[in-house]
Amino acid sequence: MSNLLEICGVTKVFGGLTAVDNVSFDVRRGSIVGLIGPNGAGKTTVFNLITGNYRCDRGEIVFDGQLLSRLPPHKIVYLGIARTFQTIRLFQNMSVLENVLAGRHCRMKAGLLASMLHLPSERKEEREALKFALHELEFVGLREHAAQRASSLSYGNQRLLEIARALASEPRLLILDEPAGGMNEQETEELMALIKKLQSRGLTIILIEHDMNLVMQACEHLVVLEYGRKIAEGPPEEIQNNPKVIEAYLGVD
Amino acid sequence: MEEFFQQLTNGLAVGGIYALIALGYTMVYGVLKLINFAHGDLFALGAYLGLTLLTSLGLNSRVGPLAGLALLVVFVTGLVALAGALLERAAYRPLRQSPRLSAVVSALGASIFIQNTIMLIYGSKIHVYPKGILPAVAVNIFGLQVPLVRILVFVVSLLLMAALFAFIQKTRLGTAIRAVAIDQDAARLMGINVDQVIMIVFLIGPGLGGVAGLLVGLYYGQVNFTMGWIYGLKAFTAAILGGIGNIPGAMLGGLILGVIEALGAAYVSVAWKDAIAFLVLIVILIARPKGLLGERVADKI
Repeated sequence: MSNLLEICGVTKVFGGLTAVDNVSFDVRRGSIVGLIGPNGAGKTTVFNLITGNYRCDRGEIVFDGQLLSRLPPHKIVYLGIARTFQTIRLFQNMSVLENVLAGRHCRMKAGLLASMLHLPSERKEEREALKFALHELEFVGLREHAAQRASSLSYGNQRLLEIARALASEPRLLILDEPAGGMNEQETEELMALIKKLQSRGLTIILIEHDMNLVMQACEHLVVLEYGRKIAEGPPEEIQNNPKVIEAYLGVD
Repeated sequence: MEEFFQQLTNGLAVGGIYALIALGYTMVYGVLKLINFAHGDLFALGAYLGLTLLTSLGLNSRVGPLAGLALLVVFVTGLVALAGALLERAAYRPLRQSPRLSAVVSALGASIFIQNTIMLIYGSKIHVYPKGILPAVAVNIFGLQVPLVRILVFVVSLLLMAALFAFIQKTRLGTAIRAVAIDQDAARLMGINVDQVIMIVFLIGPGLGGVAGLLVGLYYGQVNFTMGWIYGLKAFTAAILGGIGNIPGAMLGGLILGVIEALGAAYVSVAWKDAIAFLVLIVILIARPKGLLGERVADKI
């Protein structure tokens, strides 16, 4: 199977508002897919449907041959989907390292008794988790900030920490919700390099981003939403010249 | 001076007990933003289970005083922890999505239920813990004669608090508990099973509360079925004093309240003991509504 994720006719209604209306698209294994569209087009809602934060009213989402629609969020993470948030949602009072360790939670096993009694198996697991977490912090370039409080990081670094925390759960699909939001030009450049590095690690990535430069350079496939509907889909150069997309972004006279 | 130090050690022992109970309030509040009003009654349940284990099973006469005490602590912790988890499953989980007031009413109902269950089983009379569980000797500390039981109560509560602190700071589940307290939805989306974390909090909190009940039985020698109310209120005060939702705060608040109360009873009047404790609560609520260590958990209510 070449598709890691298949979204089939997904609809989500809030009260009278259809936030996502019969949207379908596939995500190829190892690809970087961009989800774009004007504000309020339903992009983040699609993410929330994939991660199980919301339930689909209609349609289904299949991840690696497995139906996600009825699973609780923590099981979906366990299957291999991790995300970052549009508005940063780090555990602000915990250290940078502890945030990543919290992301590692679902790959660890130690139960209540083993943790309470500090059994050798539990100690070994904690040591390995620590190594893994430090490795991911190194990867995003936050290794030297490990002991700091998450809230003390700069905005751009908080975004990177969200990525490291997501990586700690060893995802196969990484969902980035406006990863460059609030970053300066240089940080955005570095982020783009990081996303490419993630791809070469074998990760599949879906991202929402308003920085068109980043979207056009990083993504190989774009899905365009407007008012909850998919209005176009294809490679970036094709989308750039699509009259419907231009209309959605610029409006018509 | 002798009197002062006697009251100080007494206050620390009682404060240790308050702290153990306060931890249950503060941990549950941390993850659910709910005051578990049945917590004091789980504490009373611990006192009564300890009594049963001592009298009916004769635990101590078989293995000796110190090993017996250790076993008692283990059994009472385990049993009250189970009762706590059952309470969560029956009284709180079905109301997870309901308005907060529903859960509060459910908590009050559970409190009455547990209190009356204890009364039905044990009767409404005061029960007396068997004498001579621990040798009635005094230990000489820097010239001060301190009863052994007082030292044991203080040491047991300190050990449990230290263990809890290490657990919360250093382990996978402790990290998960803190993450859930900060942002439940984000924790869930990071792969943490929030229901399981809440269950664990309802095992640990009541487990510690149960041990506190046992310690009160050993320290004062008598228990009654309404004791959960006043101790619950005191420990709740301690939790607020330290900053509700804050684990080190509950420990500190408990010890401070115990000492203030003991010194107040000695130097003001025994009759004013409770009034002094609640005066502390009122002063704290006015002067530092977030408690001594502040509330680490952001709360919008």
